[in-house]
Amino acid sequence: MTQTRTYDDQNDGQKDGQKDGQRGGRNDGAPDGAGESALSVRDLWKIFGARADKVIGTPDADLPRKQLQAKTGCVAAVKDVSFDVRPGEVFVVMGLSGSGKSTLVRLLTRLIEPTAGTVTIGGEDVTKADAGRLRDLRRHHVAMVFQHFGLLPHRTVMDNVGFGLEVRGVAKGERRARAQEMVDLVGLAGNEGSFPDQLSGGMQQRVGLARALAVDPTLMMFDEPFSALDPLIRRDMQNEVIRLHHEVGKTMVFITHDLQEALKLGDRILIMRDGEIVQIGEPAEIVASPADDYVRDFVSDVPRSHVLTLRYVCRRPDGGDPGEGPALQADEVVRDAARQVLAAHGPVRVYDGEDFLGIVDDEDILRVVVAEEEAVGS
Amino acid sequence: MAQRNIRGAGGIRALWLVALTAIAGLVLAGCGGSNIKSTNTASGKSCGQFNIAVNPWVGYEADAYVVGTVAQQKLGCQVSYKNLKEEVSWQGFGSGDVDVVLENWGHPDLVKKYIKGNHTAEDAGPTGNIGVIGWYVPPWLAKAHPDILNWKNLNKYASKFKTSESGGKGQFLDGDPSFVTNDEALVKNLNLNFKVVYAGSETALIQAYRKAEKNHTWVIGYFYAPQWFLSEVPMKKVSLPKYTPGCDSNPAKIACDYPKYNLNKVVATRFAKSKSPAYTLVKNFHWTNDDQNLVAKYIAADHMNPADAAKKWIDANPDKVKAWLQGT
Amino acid sequence: MSTTVTRRPSAPPVREEQPRVEEHRPQHTFGRILAVVAVWVVGWAVLRGHQTLSLPGAQLSDFQKWLNGVKNSFDAARETNPAFKIVGGISDGLNWVFLHLQYLFSTPAPGRPVPEVGWVGVLAILVFVAFALAGVRCAVLVLLGTLAFGFLGYWQESIDTLLITLLAVLICVVIGVPIGIWMARSKGARAAITPVLDGMQTMPSFAYLEPLALIFGIGTASAIVLTVIYAVPPLIRITEHGIRGVSEGAVEASRSLGCTSPQLLRKVQLPMARRTIVVGVNQCMMAALAMAIIAAFVSGPGLGVPVMQSLAALDIGGAAVSGGLIVVVAIMLDRTTTAASERAELLARAGRRHVQTRRIVLAVLAVVTVVAIYVSRLRLSAAQFPSSPALQRPVSTFISSVTDTVVNSIEKATTAFANVVSYGLINPLQSVLAASPWWLSALAILALAYVLGGWRPAVTALVCEAVLLGVGLWNDSMITLTSVLVATILVVIVSVVLGVWMGRRRRVDTILRPFLDALQTIPPFVYLVPALALFPPSRFTAIVAALAYGVPIATKLVADGIRGVSPTSVEAAEASGATAWQMIAKVQLPMARAAVVLATNQGLLYVLSMVVIGGLVGGGSLGYFVVAGFSQDQLFGKGLAAGIAITALGIMLDRIARHAAARHGRV
Ligand SMILES: Nc1ncnc2c1ncn2[C@@H]1O[C@H](COP(=O)(O)OP(=O)(O)OP(=O)(O)O)[C@@H](O)[C@H]1O
Ligand SMILES: [Mg+2]
Repeated sequence: MTQTRTYDDQNDGQKDGQKDGQRGGRNDGAPDGAGESALSVRDLWKIFGARADKVIGTPDADLPRKQLQAKTGCVAAVKDVSFDVRPGEVFVVMGLSGSGKSTLVRLLTRLIEPTAGTVTIGGEDVTKADAGRLRDLRRHHVAMVFQHFGLLPHRTVMDNVGFGLEVRGVAKGERRARAQEMVDLVGLAGNEGSFPDQLSGGMQQRVGLARALAVDPTLMMFDEPFSALDPLIRRDMQNEVIRLHHEVGKTMVFITHDLQEALKLGDRILIMRDGEIVQIGEPAEIVASPADDYVRDFVSDVPRSHVLTLRYVCRRPDGGDPGEGPALQADEVVRDAARQVLAAHGPVRVYDGEDFLGIVDDEDILRVVVAEEEAVGS
Repeated sequence: MAQRNIRGAGGIRALWLVALTAIAGLVLAGCGGSNIKSTNTASGKSCGQFNIAVNPWVGYEADAYVVGTVAQQKLGCQVSYKNLKEEVSWQGFGSGDVDVVLENWGHPDLVKKYIKGNHTAEDAGPTGNIGVIGWYVPPWLAKAHPDILNWKNLNKYASKFKTSESGGKGQFLDGDPSFVTNDEALVKNLNLNFKVVYAGSETALIQAYRKAEKNHTWVIGYFYAPQWFLSEVPMKKVSLPKYTPGCDSNPAKIACDYPKYNLNKVVATRFAKSKSPAYTLVKNFHWTNDDQNLVAKYIAADHMNPADAAKKWIDANPDKVKAWLQGT
Repeated sequence: MSTTVTRRPSAPPVREEQPRVEEHRPQHTFGRILAVVAVWVVGWAVLRGHQTLSLPGAQLSDFQKWLNGVKNSFDAARETNPAFKIVGGISDGLNWVFLHLQYLFSTPAPGRPVPEVGWVGVLAILVFVAFALAGVRCAVLVLLGTLAFGFLGYWQESIDTLLITLLAVLICVVIGVPIGIWMARSKGARAAITPVLDGMQTMPSFAYLEPLALIFGIGTASAIVLTVIYAVPPLIRITEHGIRGVSEGAVEASRSLGCTSPQLLRKVQLPMARRTIVVGVNQCMMAALAMAIIAAFVSGPGLGVPVMQSLAALDIGGAAVSGGLIVVVAIMLDRTTTAASERAELLARAGRRHVQTRRIVLAVLAVVTVVAIYVSRLRLSAAQFPSSPALQRPVSTFISSVTDTVVNSIEKATTAFANVVSYGLINPLQSVLAASPWWLSALAILALAYVLGGWRPAVTALVCEAVLLGVGLWNDSMITLTSVLVATILVVIVSVVLGVWMGRRRRVDTILRPFLDALQTIPPFVYLVPALALFPPSRFTAIVAALAYGVPIATKLVADGIRGVSPTSVEAAEASGATAWQMIAKVQLPMARAAVVLATNQGLLYVLSMVVIGGLVGGGSLGYFVVAGFSQDQLFGKGLAAGIAITALGIMLDRIARHAAARHGRV
């Protein structure tokens, strides 16, 4: 499958109405239940190179990245990307190196200027904001955590954490109090006076995290924040983010090239290749029905039973709702449901709330588990 | 890390100690010395600032420091010595940076520009020194081949003067770039089989002559008197076709010796009009080649500093100094 | 030009970006060079002596006469033109400031027989500052150095040199740091200013000394401006380098938090670049000191004056003592700034308690200093440096006699050596370069530039050749080029030999390095007299002077390169039974190739900067014309033209070398 699959194409049977408003004009049909989206991106382009703005709208724009570069010398880092993020959601962007993730996330607050398209954060069109508005947005609403931390080596932990408030002009006392709070929150109490180079990588990233949290943003962005850390610390930090998400409940855009991380953290995942969206969906959906070989390759060594929910395993019985036997909810993960299904005699009914979806029997469960074994074995 | 750099409490005590001792020592030393009294330079006459250009040769330094020291001691002037090459010195007449050039070697170009041209400078009479410019050979050479002192015989020996620099001809060493020489024209117009090679500085020239005399090597080149080096190595002058007035009017056609220079003093017009006693001193200043050579010897051979050398000569020659001070 | 900066022993060379590498086929390069040279030599053999464009020394080309005219009208405009009034105000201001600094510290103040602050006070201030900035060791060094000023008999001159250097550096910082920041932030500014900096660093000061004195007057102001012109480029370059070197990540993170541009500069870029900027200030100081002697030519105050006086009297010892004090000033300033930059970080990180302790210590010392100043204002003995022990005469006599002894014993050999090199190397090479028709040499140089570095340096070479022709000094430029090439070749040979030796033996390094450092910092004027005692005034002597200046830096670069060769490679070679010679030739030198290339490049730049000094000892051609142009009114145009020609030669050689290095310098 070479054609880009857009969000809508694969969205059939989704539990939410996020698909509304994905295409065509902004905010025609607000996302259901969730209210206004926290972040909304429409037709966003970034092309690097001289005369980059001359490319969009010509047939050249449809060329694959390599050919475009050969022909015009321009690199299309982000190509016609549209998506929405709901408030409180953890939205993961993933893709191989060079797929344009970092560029994309920087376009959102115009750390890199977009070539075309719009970005709306909290109802405000970022792409139209003047320098002052933009600065305001960065100071109050959006904060970012970086792969290489981006700490200031000449400042202590405390001053690094308070830096965002300092540039905002917050008085010293208030700033210190807030910074101290954040330092405690990320578990760095006792290291306030240290300098970044005196800390381990994990601790440094905690400082980065605290710095982002200190400005009390509505939207947090993470650009591969943990890929420079070793696996154990990485797991720690992931749990930290989960914990923080629970505690402070921010909307997060999280970039990673690590699928495990994406599955672990993400409410939804956007997969990119060569600057284009390949697929957007919940973790289970992506594992269950990869949009193309690229995605399939990506998810091939995922333990499917840990990710897939019954929704994707159940099938329509021939004769409608059997009306008897044990019942389970559709978003139960296969692994958790396995024991009950295997223990039951006969198929188990799967419901999405009140709606009957289908049935699962031992064989359906085993198919997932055995396929997983084979994948791992090969 | 940080601890290493900062002294501990013991160190502090030691420091206090050092500090107190230092204070005590200083106070004691201070009490022992004599108090500084403010000086009163105003000795009735208003001399004020007196700027003497010091051109870069020792003979000039002798003039400058002798006049300067007298001006300072006897007239109470604030003397400042400006170490400058000739061209820049003359430039300074107009801007007020220079009051006097004490030993001027002709310099018709500068005379034209600043005395006759923009009238920023004027002649202040001869110093009494006679300047001789010419072609010189080291004494050993003059002794071994006396006929070399006549330019007509130079071609005979040309090959002896050959060096790596002279491209197959004899080498004629030209000197300090400060002075406009006629040597290229002379070599050409006298049909000499020589090439003018630029030693580049007076230092280079003197060093070359010194070595030539010591090692009995062949060298011929530009030099001048009065010059302190002549008392170390009495270089011999080669006679060129006699100088007649006007024989050097066309620079390209010159085929005669350099004129004798009555070295003179040049002052800024502004300075001359100022009625400063220093101007009178400059105007009166007059001495002999021997006088200058003596002071120059103190400086160059005896390594005295110029001010001390000047003082020594002044102390030994009160009459001459007194004559200079008439009318101040 | 990458780093004419220098004069400083241990500074990390700040390298400019290497040029983009074009395709590179080393195996062909050598053959092509040979081919070009062969064609050149054949052409020379046939056409020798024709169309060489040689111009007798006293004759001027039209362009040079035009320059004379410009200067004269300039001179004439002095009275009338209002621009001179403004500049006059600036120089009056500079003179006023410096004069009052002198009254404070070095010369008798009005109404007093001594300066406001006597020697004890000055000493206390210097030691206090050194301690506060750089710690105890530096304070001791400064104490000893400052005492040396007095005991060697040049108290006032040394303090003047220190004052004028500091004042000039202050001005450099005020001008240079903002420009550096601007260049770091704007590509356009960078493109526009870089060539100006190149020019400021390569144009010999003598070439513009006279108009400078015309504009800023004779004395301090001109000396300061002269110093600033030469010393500000390294500061600008290094500041720019430092600001641009601030980690992208930190900048981006700060921007993402909503930093304004001034906030970014003040809170992120400047603090993070501070150490680099201090290195820049240090380089700036060293460059400023390099001007100490030339400043004496416009009657600038300080140690340049006694050096020039000693030179006029051929007093080797005297020149060495006063020149040596310039080295002392350099060492004091260098060590203090270096240590200060290293300590600043530590101090910033020291805990509260340490800060308090330090404050107490400084307060105590400040009290001592104030008392010292007070006493030095009251008592003559604390105001005037004691006249005994007077070490100046004994020391300089000793140096003179040692030099004499050495010279006497090797003079014959050195003279013979000079002749061998002159006849065997310089003359033939010069004949090919300068006696070929100008178009042949021009084409051959273009071809070599292309073969060595590709079309970019070839274009630069073309422009520079046009300049050489335009200023009417083609033939002399070729003569100077010969000397520069020979000197560079010799620098490379000597520095590779010494550098390999030093790189392989720690002991040799320990012994040689201080000599190299001293040779690099001592003003070249000081060793002109001994050089002239050893060799006749000639191009070779000029080359020797260039060697003395260029070899130290090149040697140190090679030595560092050799030491940088990975120990495992050396071990591996040893394990396979390589002899010492094989080790050098097959392992260490090839692996240190990048260092040798850099050494060549730097050696070249140093040699070029000595062309004018070479003119003072018989180097002739461009160097001589620059000096003569400064000394003789009617040769001014020729001197300035020669200065321009030297700059053009420098830029041409630098670009060729840099591109060639980028192509062939990789291991
Ligand atoms: N400033 C730039 N100029 C030109 N091309 C750029 C620039 N920044 C990024 N690119 C190109 O855009 C493409 C996307 O880069 P980007 O850094 O966004 O990828 P990424 O997905 O973040 O990769 P990684 O996982 O390695 O961080 C790459 O091909 C890159 O070469
Ligand atoms: Mg990235």
